[in-house]
Amino acid sequence: MQGPSILPLALENISLQHEGLPILDRINMLVARQRTTVVLGPNGAGKSMVLKVAHGLISPDAGHVRWSNLSGAKAQTRQAMVFQKPVLLNRSVLSNIVHAVRLQGIDKAAAVHRAHMALERVGLGDLAGRRARSLSGGEQQRLTFARAWARDPEVLFLDEPTASLDPAAGWGIEEIIVELRREGRTVILSTHDLAMARRLADDLVFLHRGRALEAGAAATLLTAPRTAELEAFLKGELRW
Amino acid sequence: MTDIAAGFAAAFQLLLSFDAGLWEIIALSLEVNLAAVFLSCLIGLPLGGALAVYRFRGRKALIILINALMGLPPVVVGLMIYLMLSRSGPLGSLNILFTPGAMIIAQAILVTPIVTALTRQITEALWLDYREQLTSLGSSRMRAIPTLLWDGRAALFTAVLAGFGRAAAEVGAVIIVGGNIAHHTRTMTTAIALETGRGNLALALGLGIVLVTLAILLNTAAWMVRERSMPEAALLGVDR
Ligand SMILES: Nc1ncnc2c1ncn2[C@@H]1O[C@H](COP(=O)(O)OP(=O)(O)OP(=O)(O)O)[C@@H](O)[C@H]1O
Ligand SMILES: [Mg+2]
Repeated sequence: MQGPSILPLALENISLQHEGLPILDRINMLVARQRTTVVLGPNGAGKSMVLKVAHGLISPDAGHVRWSNLSGAKAQTRQAMVFQKPVLLNRSVLSNIVHAVRLQGIDKAAAVHRAHMALERVGLGDLAGRRARSLSGGEQQRLTFARAWARDPEVLFLDEPTASLDPAAGWGIEEIIVELRREGRTVILSTHDLAMARRLADDLVFLHRGRALEAGAAATLLTAPRTAELEAFLKGELRW
Repeated sequence: MTDIAAGFAAAFQLLLSFDAGLWEIIALSLEVNLAAVFLSCLIGLPLGGALAVYRFRGRKALIILINALMGLPPVVVGLMIYLMLSRSGPLGSLNILFTPGAMIIAQAILVTPIVTALTRQITEALWLDYREQLTSLGSSRMRAIPTLLWDGRAALFTAVLAGFGRAAAEVGAVIIVGGNIAHHTRTMTTAIALETGRGNLALALGLGIVLVTLAILLNTAAWMVRERSMPEAALLGVDR
């Protein structure tokens, strides 16, 4: 990772509507450097939307996304997102990563080198020549991580990265996340998986029906919730 | 009955003896058709891709218009090009009426809407899947067009073959702007029209056999490309 940090990231009073119905309602959120911020909440709470707004894919109807000292355009090149549902090009495993790296203006030879390194790191080194869409779900998810990694981002948005995986594959992804963090990258991760939040979160934002009901240090919130909703969610009793 | 049988026998004899007059007609037809399809791809592939990714006022109307142009009657196109290229027409000074060049232009006008409309349809479906991922990777809409064209290559190949089929089958436009001049602008379809009228059934049938064979070959090629582009389906023995 080179260049000045684009962090901290501040979401200020973000609101988003769809056909008059609120999807996000005055969300405030602060993401500090070199920490893992977990956006926790039940299905439909708005987790994916928060990540997409923060990543710049969706413009909010109100509020601001502020990166430190940099214009949004420049900040975009230092971020990567892993989507809830992997989107892979109809090409080989290697070409998927090479394409993503070359979009950063890096030449072909360097991009291929980076792609091979990234594949090794996620344990897909032997599958470089396979068609990406012929991979299993878990392998596809590891490929999307390799693709994000190869772009050397300072900030990673991870949207429910283990939601559709079996426990072993989920562990594999968590190990990759720990490694990304160890390298000093900042992770913003959404999940409804409480156990995963306990293992990975430094900071936590609890989202419910488009509102951020609680935010703060994970250790505090997960042991001493202030709202009835989070308390119920921790007990596994919160219904949408 | 005997007429037909004798006609077929004579036709095969012509084909198998590599009759010079016959092969001259076949070669010119293929030249004109291929050149027209090439021109259409040069315009239709990028234009269809652009219609898929850009949003602007009048886009829907433009798409409907191009779809409608797929059904342009060849004789009408022939007539319009004739009027443009005739001595007194606006492009009369080019002096290309009754040349293969005029036939190429006429067929390109017939084929371009097909390639454009099908390309738009194919790449727009891909764009819906890819948009967020490509935007996240920092790809502009312009840069996304070649990505979509490459990823849709198998389906696009079928679209181009459909265009070629239209060019190879039509007679109305080439007969008007080409004039069906022996050794100069006589194609398979115009020759069939002429020779049938003259009672020269052997030559007409011979050319008919070539045209039908060509159609079968094209469809086989399209089918094989589809087959190759879906190895997962082949693996499962899925019935398509
Ligand atoms: N494209 C869309 N158009 C309209 N509404 C949408 C769209 N995408 C999401 N929504 C709505 O926005 C709300 C929040 O969706 P979001 O995908 O952010 O939830 P989530 O917390 O990520 O849920 P999950 O855990 O199921 O992934 C939901 O009510 C959903 O129906
Ligand atoms: Mg989601």
